[in-house]
Amino acid sequence: MNPEMHARPRLAAGCRLSEPNRAPRMLQMPERALRLNGPSLEIVERCDGKHTVRQIISELQKIYSKAEPERVEKDILGYLVLLQEQRALDFALDDAVAQK
Amino acid sequence: MTSTIPTPLALIAELTHRCPLHCVYCSNPLEMQSRGLELSTDDWSRVLREAAEAGVLQVDFTGGEPLARPDLVELVRSARAAGLYVNLITSGLPLDEARLAELVNAGLDHLQLSFQGAQDDAAAEIAGTRALEQKLKVVKWVQAHRIALTLNFVIHRQNLDRLEEMIALGEASGAGRMEFAHVQYYGWAFANRKLLLPTRDQVDRSIRLLQQTEARLRGKVRVEYVTPDYYAKYPKACMGGWGRKLMLITPSGDVLPCHAAQVIPGLRFENVKNRALQEIWNSSEAFQKFRGEAWMSEPCRSCDRRALDFGGCRCQAFLLGGDAAVTDPVCTLTPQRQIVEEIIAAANTARPEETAANPAWLYRPNPA
Repeated sequence: MNPEMHARPRLAAGCRLSEPNRAPRMLQMPERALRLNGPSLEIVERCDGKHTVRQIISELQKIYSKAEPERVEKDILGYLVLLQEQRALDFALDDAVAQK
Repeated sequence: MTSTIPTPLALIAELTHRCPLHCVYCSNPLEMQSRGLELSTDDWSRVLREAAEAGVLQVDFTGGEPLARPDLVELVRSARAAGLYVNLITSGLPLDEARLAELVNAGLDHLQLSFQGAQDDAAAEIAGTRALEQKLKVVKWVQAHRIALTLNFVIHRQNLDRLEEMIALGEASGAGRMEFAHVQYYGWAFANRKLLLPTRDQVDRSIRLLQQTEARLRGKVRVEYVTPDYYAKYPKACMGGWGRKLMLITPSGDVLPCHAAQVIPGLRFENVKNRALQEIWNSSEAFQKFRGEAWMSEPCRSCDRRALDFGGCRCQAFLLGGDAAVTDPVCTLTPQRQIVEEIIAAANTARPEETAANPAWLYRPNPA
């Protein structure tokens, strides 16, 4: 199921980016590491508990302005779901919204 | 044959063989290294830097009980400074809240807590000591920190019929990950195999239950399990292939391709005190011996699966087949599978509760 647009994803406990001075960049998590390429690194760097899903999508649509915006949105949502299934993300909702 | 040397991904750091538990399936060798032979803090710190430079992403601090090392906080700090993801595999016994906080502040990413069962008496029989109450305390303490927690359950003939209780304990714990590992038969587990090897019914039931649990908890708790290779059709890709992804350093600094490699006769291991880790990985005799495919004989040599399972486990080839260079005898494509079939047949003639009536465990002692 797709995450809510106003949710603010952040990396789950024990999941973090590898050190910036080590290449290639990886998302490290318990007993697993994902190699991050351009777009996936752009996404994971924004999973900081501050950006909403909608903000991540619009920022990447600007960076990848040559790509179809719908396609960028679909790819991002798919990637966030994949990370969530691997328990790499928590989705914090704004309190007011979460209580609805 | 040209072969490029792969990059190591993880370092298993066996800091000590000392341990407050005496588990009957411990992966440590039967001959353990004493405290006096253990590497110093400085040696380990240097090795951790060398490992990161060689490409290693993650260090697994294990033992014995790694908390038996008074310098563990310092080693976690060194590992993190070197850029490694830091994983601690522990019984949780010598831990208190203050030391946990120090480990987290030093950069611990992930704590793996071993469980011998969900029921105190049965777990104590396996571990040779009572530990469950303390482990449940550790679970609670970890919740105060933002690190990953895995509960590791080792499953076997004597506790498989209570798998539901272990799953329930794991679910209630709030841990993000649970691992259910069927015992693999090396070291102390090989010596205690008769009492540990499950029946086929137990195995089938456990796999079904774990598959369902994994699906039910997906997205909430990561559930992973290791199937028992004696009951498999093909061997496991042991260590992801010899000298391909992982290395293990013993308490005294010997560098091994896997936990059990010392059982293989004639194999010599180099020590981090005498040679750089990268060189040992790249060109030492032990790592080159079964790297790639040149060592393979039939049926592996011409088999389509050789790039999937790398011929299985070299230690098992020796322990069961008498020769470390033959196909892993669990493979149904080798005539030596007959050896495994006979072992399985014996395990299925008696019911688990019958073999449990008068257990004669060989408990793992502490090193001298």
